[in-house]
Amino acid sequence: MPGQSLGLAMPDPWTLANFVTVFGNGFAVRALWNSVLQSVGGVILVGATATLAAYALSRSSLPGKGAVTYILLLFSSVVSGSAAMVPIFLIVSAAGLIDTHLAVILTFAGGLLPTAMFILRDFIDSIPKSYEESAMVAGASPVQAFFDVALPVIRPGIVVIVVWGFVNIWGSFLIPFILLRSDTNMPASVAIYSFYSEAGTPIVTLLAAYSLLYSLPVIALYLFVSWKFGFRFFGGIKA
Amino acid sequence: MTSEPASDRPRRKVRNFALLSNRAGAAFLTPAGLLVSVFVIVPFFWVIFVSFTNRTLLGKTALNPEFVGLANYFSLFDPGNFLQRGQFGFSLILTVQFVLASALIGQALLGLLLAWLIQTVPPWVKRITETFVIAAWILPEVVIGFAWFAFLDRDQGTLNAMLTSVGLPRGDFLLDQPFWVIVVFNTWRGAAFSMMLFGSAFSSISPSYFQAADVAGATSWQKFRDIGLPLIRGHIVTDLILITMWTFNTFTPFLLTNGGPSYRTELVSIYNYRVAFHDFQFGKGAAVGVIMMLINLAFALIYLSIGRKKKG
Repeated sequence: MPGQSLGLAMPDPWTLANFVTVFGNGFAVRALWNSVLQSVGGVILVGATATLAAYALSRSSLPGKGAVTYILLLFSSVVSGSAAMVPIFLIVSAAGLIDTHLAVILTFAGGLLPTAMFILRDFIDSIPKSYEESAMVAGASPVQAFFDVALPVIRPGIVVIVVWGFVNIWGSFLIPFILLRSDTNMPASVAIYSFYSEAGTPIVTLLAAYSLLYSLPVIALYLFVSWKFGFRFFGGIKA
Repeated sequence: MTSEPASDRPRRKVRNFALLSNRAGAAFLTPAGLLVSVFVIVPFFWVIFVSFTNRTLLGKTALNPEFVGLANYFSLFDPGNFLQRGQFGFSLILTVQFVLASALIGQALLGLLLAWLIQTVPPWVKRITETFVIAAWILPEVVIGFAWFAFLDRDQGTLNAMLTSVGLPRGDFLLDQPFWVIVVFNTWRGAAFSMMLFGSAFSSISPSYFQAADVAGATSWQKFRDIGLPLIRGHIVTDLILITMWTFNTFTPFLLTNGGPSYRTELVSIYNYRVAFHDFQFGKGAAVGVIMMLINLAFALIYLSIGRKKKG
């Protein structure tokens, strides 16, 4: 077995030097930070707007609710990122947002929202209305009933949406690859790709260390979800 | 889903009004509605519009694109070079083969096999298997792409090191067998979803069926064929439609092969990217997008109609 880089061999000696080098690389660290900005921003936007919308879909009697849900589902599965890359780019550039974090955040929020709303609406549907009704009997306004009574009960559902959204944005490649230009805005996914595709010979040990750092949040969230809920989305989440 | 709890019954008046007034409901829906409109619904219509123009990224037609009718579609379906490498027809057929091999055969069969096998193994084996398969699925695509890139590298890759150590010839897999590389890659990455879907379907089958079969002396294969498979038929259809749509739209193989060498792994998603963002022909790229969306629409309608039938 050749004891060289890509071969599978026990490292000898064990060292953290690669991580030190990664942290010394301004571009690499900055890319991780950009990933944080874009994922957290996107998740906050998705979480907040999806919760409000799903609550309205579940608890109001707006006409055409069913049709809205059906159309949302249809469009969200038809308009995939790889089919809609041209119009998304054109819309973002018409808005003057090319090469900004905001462009990535808004695009992901729009793309993830239909599914997020759908999951949350099912979740809210399964919560008895009597919670909010009792609050309103006690004199709360509907909006108060939402914020003080319903929101705490919906929280597990929001956690699921937030985790799911974060993992999606954090790992994504195509959208930031298209919408961002400058090195200073690139998230880690695009940085890793450019490290191994453009550099003549990639420094594999460094890239592996960097990939591991980049994967850590996803692994942590996966462990968190499987510890908290069990990793089965089809069994549903018990509140 | 859950009906009103029993504590509601004593109340004399049946409260049937909505908890949220229409005005508040509309206000709650607005932010999400705006985002979805701008980034999902407008793109759907805009892409159709752009596909009838000669819009480019740079130059005169970037600002003042002209209406060109169906010219973009004619150039995509030009019978003269339709099936040549690097042309739309080649990509489309390649994508169909990719979906057949990696999703319908690879992911679904491997997922089915894994889901069936881990029903009977000790719990810790089941947990470890699930953890690894799910890890392949949730890790960021760039990391997986890099890992495979390193695994398959001609000079220093792990696979070649393993081949050498057992005396087999080395190969440059990314260059010689790019199509099979992305097929194996996509199978390996996506089998988790099918495994979990089939796993939860299998575990919802009443154990008494299998116990009865055991008493009758059925083999594992017979139980699979005569009890397991028929009872999860609905799940299989759902799974096949979903993974077909995902695989059809996936862009991830780009991270491994860039669509090459010489367009041999250029799936329609990658073709769309190259036409629009490499050759800067937005009009033609939009036309590709329209065709992809039409194909997505067909599958989505089938999927939704099946879902409705199940509920009804």
